[in-house]
Amino acid sequence: MERELKLMKGNEAMAEAAIRAGVDGYFGYPITPQSEIMEYLMKTDSFSRSGMVTLQAESEIAAINMVYGGAGCGKKVMTSSSSPGISLKQEGISYMAGAELPCLIVNVARGGPGLGTIQPAQADYFQSVKGGGHGDYHLMVLAPASVQEMADFVELGFDLAFKYRNPVLVLSDGAIGQMMEKVYLNPQKPRSPETEPWATVGKGSRAKSNIITSVDLDPDSQERFNLKLVEKYDLIKQHEVRFEEYLCTDADYLFVAYGTSARICKKSVQIARSIGIKAGLLRPITLFPFPSAKINELAGRVKGILSVEMSAGQMVEDVALAVNGQKPVKHFGRMGGIVATPEEVVEKLKIFFTEQN
Amino acid sequence: MEETCNMQEIVKPENLVYKKSSLLLDKTFTYCPGCGHGTVTRILAELIEELGLQKQTVGVSPVGCSVLLYAFMDIDFQQAAHGRAPAVATGIKRLLPDRFVFTYQGDGDLAAIGTSETIHACNRGENILIIYINNGIYGMTGGQMAPTTIPGMKSSTSPRGRNVQTMGYPLKITDIAATLPGTYYVTRQSVHTPAAVRKTKKAMRRAMEYQSLNRGLCFIEIVSNCPSGWKMTPVESIKWMEENMLPYYPLGDLKTPAGENTNQ
Repeated sequence: MERELKLMKGNEAMAEAAIRAGVDGYFGYPITPQSEIMEYLMKTDSFSRSGMVTLQAESEIAAINMVYGGAGCGKKVMTSSSSPGISLKQEGISYMAGAELPCLIVNVARGGPGLGTIQPAQADYFQSVKGGGHGDYHLMVLAPASVQEMADFVELGFDLAFKYRNPVLVLSDGAIGQMMEKVYLNPQKPRSPETEPWATVGKGSRAKSNIITSVDLDPDSQERFNLKLVEKYDLIKQHEVRFEEYLCTDADYLFVAYGTSARICKKSVQIARSIGIKAGLLRPITLFPFPSAKINELAGRVKGILSVEMSAGQMVEDVALAVNGQKPVKHFGRMGGIVATPEEVVEKLKIFFTEQN
Repeated sequence: MEETCNMQEIVKPENLVYKKSSLLLDKTFTYCPGCGHGTVTRILAELIEELGLQKQTVGVSPVGCSVLLYAFMDIDFQQAAHGRAPAVATGIKRLLPDRFVFTYQGDGDLAAIGTSETIHACNRGENILIIYINNGIYGMTGGQMAPTTIPGMKSSTSPRGRNVQTMGYPLKITDIAATLPGTYYVTRQSVHTPAAVRKTKKAMRRAMEYQSLNRGLCFIEIVSNCPSGWKMTPVESIKWMEENMLPYYPLGDLKTPAGENTNQ
């Protein structure tokens, strides 16, 4: 089971990984900066390679509802888009959370609000981790910081989605989607012929028909369902937190950053250390569930925490909740498609913390 | 000798003229009395049973009066978001191409919020069946104007009658569907008389048989009454439908497979 080494764009690596992981279907609609995903699936002819269906829908709304239909059949189906398109998908995502359907949704995020820019941003954090559509629900959210993780999170995403019967969102950004890096790809896996016991594939010889639905007009029963979801999210919080620590053990100051910002902050840690400031980085890999306990623990050992995101300050709210007042928490972020430089981040760290001391 | 009617002698298979389809579950319909939905739901269940499709059917129910359709029939079902049923059905059919997949939608669902999904599923030639109930009104939400509300027709959001100058014209979406190359069989029927019920059943059977050919989308509009939404008795509503709806939405086939005569 040798892994194949290739040089690829993040978007392409994700598409290639999807075919190799035995994904059953992809439904999408073009939008920059993620159109390479569907282009790649069409160009390499996913159907002839693995039987994976790729279909260009008439809108993001149609695409997510095609995913609903396919996921309801117990199939591994996915869609991808970028920020404005993900907003359009929110209705379908809420229905999928309500119907407890596993699927993979990829957001190669760009700057907003509105049509915004096609350049990378991390301004969709709230939308991703707090629900996004209507109703009480959460997605599991994975934040890749490399082309390798764009590829790896396809399989991980589907594993989690089916384990918990819950949609999984990969929150990437235009930089990770567009940049080229080397990536190790898994060998081709066959698509699974097995069906889930809950899937609507025709009643067959089952005694009872299967229903995929999110409607429950009886308040007591709807509340019981809401409580069941809460229990599921609690389980996810207990078991699925993923993060990377970088030089946190002896750190006086902690960066918290994900995705592209985490790559910047890794360099910032090195620069800070070269001028005598002991910095470290905590990179959440799962944004929901958020590594709150880890951040809370690290907060006890450092002097200050700087949350770095390409946004006006969204994740910083969860960081502050995790720190729970133990130490000062600051936010630094560039927006509009601008990625902060590592030096800029170190300057902010000095202004916020070390120069005051 | 007095002649008595012996039940044992009457209840014999050869005397059976009507029975409930085994696919219909013992769940009370949520449709209003006198509405056409119940008849269409019954015909659909009968046909799935008669064609032996129960094991391989996946239905898609909409948002509207038939939102709970899945609760009435013993087949696998997905309940879709408002207007999105054709997209959901597309996802099912593309991944399970040998299954019989249908949607059941009202006019608000199919011809207003779901116009895009409807047109594009038709135009792609998805091998699904769309059953479209047109009663010219939003029944479930209490009788608001629908895209199909005919000129002058009163509703809770057109209380003085639909004024086409400000509210636009009713959408004959079935006529549009018939012009698209992806549709295979497009017809408009009704269930307001016993003869019409028989014609509808025949048309629906034809459409369901066509699905196995995988030659495109079949589209059946059923013009129906809505006694509650129209604020009429069932009998009044049927008369009103005949006099007002049917001239605007004439019954019959709009598109038939090339070379096939489906005149009924």
